[in-house]
Amino acid sequence: MVQNVTYLGFIPLLPLAGSLLVGLLYLYACRGKKGFPEKLYGLLGCTGPILSFFMAVKVYMSLQALPADDRFLHHKAYTWFASGELDVSMGFLADPLGAVMLLFVTFVGSLIHIYSIGYMKGDPRYGKFFAYLNLFLGSMLILVLGDGPVVMFVGWEGVGLCSYLLIGFWSEDKENVVAGNKAFIVNRIGDLGFVLGMGFLFWGIGADGFDYLSLKANAHHLTEPIGLVVCLLLFVGATGKSAQIPLYVWLPDAMAGPTPVSALIHAATMVTAGVYMVARFSFLYAHVPVAGEVVAWIGILTALLAAIFGMYQDDIKKILAYSTVSQLGYMFAGVGVAAYSAGIFHVFTHAFFKALLFLGAGSVIIALHHEQNIWKMGGLKSKLPTTYKTMLIGGLALAGCPPFAGFFSKDEILYSALATGHTSIWLIGVLVAGMTAYYTFRMIFVVFHGKPRDQEAFDHAHESPKVMTIPLVILALGSIFAGFCNLPKLFGGHLRFSHWLAPSLTEHHPHGGVGLELLAVGASVLAFAIGIGIAYRKFTVPVDEPVYRGFNKFGFNKFYVDELYHALIVAPYKFFGKAISRGLEPFIVDAPVQASGWLYKMAGLAFKVFQMGYVRIYAIYMVVGLSVMSLLISQSLN
Amino acid sequence: MITNYLSLSILLFCLGILGVVSRRNVFIVFMSIELMLNAANLGFVAMARLHVNMDGHVLALMVMAVAAAEAALALAVIILLHKHKGNLDTNIFSLLKG
Repeated sequence: MVQNVTYLGFIPLLPLAGSLLVGLLYLYACRGKKGFPEKLYGLLGCTGPILSFFMAVKVYMSLQALPADDRFLHHKAYTWFASGELDVSMGFLADPLGAVMLLFVTFVGSLIHIYSIGYMKGDPRYGKFFAYLNLFLGSMLILVLGDGPVVMFVGWEGVGLCSYLLIGFWSEDKENVVAGNKAFIVNRIGDLGFVLGMGFLFWGIGADGFDYLSLKANAHHLTEPIGLVVCLLLFVGATGKSAQIPLYVWLPDAMAGPTPVSALIHAATMVTAGVYMVARFSFLYAHVPVAGEVVAWIGILTALLAAIFGMYQDDIKKILAYSTVSQLGYMFAGVGVAAYSAGIFHVFTHAFFKALLFLGAGSVIIALHHEQNIWKMGGLKSKLPTTYKTMLIGGLALAGCPPFAGFFSKDEILYSALATGHTSIWLIGVLVAGMTAYYTFRMIFVVFHGKPRDQEAFDHAHESPKVMTIPLVILALGSIFAGFCNLPKLFGGHLRFSHWLAPSLTEHHPHGGVGLELLAVGASVLAFAIGIGIAYRKFTVPVDEPVYRGFNKFGFNKFYVDELYHALIVAPYKFFGKAISRGLEPFIVDAPVQASGWLYKMAGLAFKVFQMGYVRIYAIYMVVGLSVMSLLISQSLN
Repeated sequence: MITNYLSLSILLFCLGILGVVSRRNVFIVFMSIELMLNAANLGFVAMARLHVNMDGHVLALMVMAVAAAEAALALAVIILLHKHKGNLDTNIFSLLKG
């Protein structure tokens, strides 16, 4: 039984309307001499997301009031297009999975909007920023709420576009624009996979309705090979959006954008889209275990690779960027071993602590006047007490320290991997957990502890205004308590989160027994302790920027993956393009066009002779022409 | 009988064409055009008489009326041309030369 509720459509519409309004006001202000006050933009920009959040709460409440198997709210706004068997409506579907995504996307998104009021203060394009930010959130809500792959794709493309607009927001620097382009192009490669996957899916089982519920009902008709192709192609889309091997390269570069954007991209929106999509299509992935294996292995390898890179970064935002890639790897490992609820749970907790860490990093960056190199910071603990405390909580959550949020979600994934027999994935996961603890606390120790490395910047540093610190505190509370939503039996809980998601997902909970559960928890805690221990020993003593050698240098340069891509793909592609534009285009495309032009020119020159300009001569032409015509007519009459 | 009329009409028409084509004075060209019109008129009237039908007469009167109107216009144009260049040689007015 699917209930029809109209207000679902308003959830994405509110931020989109806000975006339009703020954008128009900004455009109007651009024409005149005097702009509108920043407060107006901030207020308008924050209204949409906050209202959407309240509606999301309402959605959650009404879902909870329904019996577990009927938790579906639907609203069909209109038929978007219908062609042959394909009938696509602009429809919105809220089920337990969608409601969870809605809740934290709007919640974290609203906090980031509020934080931006302080962060973007004084920026000449304040209004534009809020217009883009709202558009971003609106697109993400369409993605989450869409009732079928096609509507999801609208949001999918929308967040891609907005990431491009926002990463390159400070377009005075060419570097930022290049980073925006990179994000857009790499995402485009993934999008192609998504579109192809959608096509195959329609070819397979799309005839009886192309929305999730119909697809889910018909999933068993899908043949194995097509199912595999669909799953892998959709996963290609996910690797683009969620920054997995081989398409993760855009995400660290996306740090070029303003920090709230990084937080929005990395925590609440965009990168979680891939995980959400795989969970959404769990009914397909459950049919094709091979695809799940691929997803899990790609995920865990991405986690490992990004963790290695993260250990060598010296830009505070890049460290967080690689940690995001690494955590996304965990999520994919989770959904890959068919523990979809564990993956989504990690998305959920990650949204809190990663948004917190990014906003905290933004606070540090603002305090130091846009300094991002951690080797120029140090000792900021006393200057930025709120930021320090909240970031410490975020760091503990990210590193997986019990009982913070990240511990439970990460542990759930690792336990699922172990219980489903993916021992090597589990081992790598534990290793990565240790590395996560190490690089997180390397950052925190270097930035906040020890002695200031740049005395002048240190002296000028000051705590951020309330509008920025309050979101930090709220997110810190989330990072502490979000984990308790899904307490496993070992800690006296009932996996409430997983049970809540159950109607949306096709999964079977692994039953490994208490021994296995204890093993997983013990290994995670041990890895965390070792990681933080090494970081403590290395970075609480006075250290300066290290010079990397050997393998470390290799890691510092990110295994030269960017250079490799450049040499293997970008450069040949550019060469190919140049070869075509210089070698083929002039002869195949341009030549016929030029030739036809030349022909007309020549014909004109030839006929010009007859155009003498004398009336008499024209009279002769007329007489001759009429004579010939009448001759022909009289002959044809006979 | 009719052949004589038609022969005269054709003769006049050919004279008109010859005038238009060979003469360079705008006035003469104009008069030649009038000649052609009247040649056509002659043809109409002769045919009307042959077939005992008034249509040809009506048409001839019509042509005369049009010719009168056209003459008024053409003379005005000729005066302007003369004012413009001080000469009525058609070879001067060759702006359309390609």
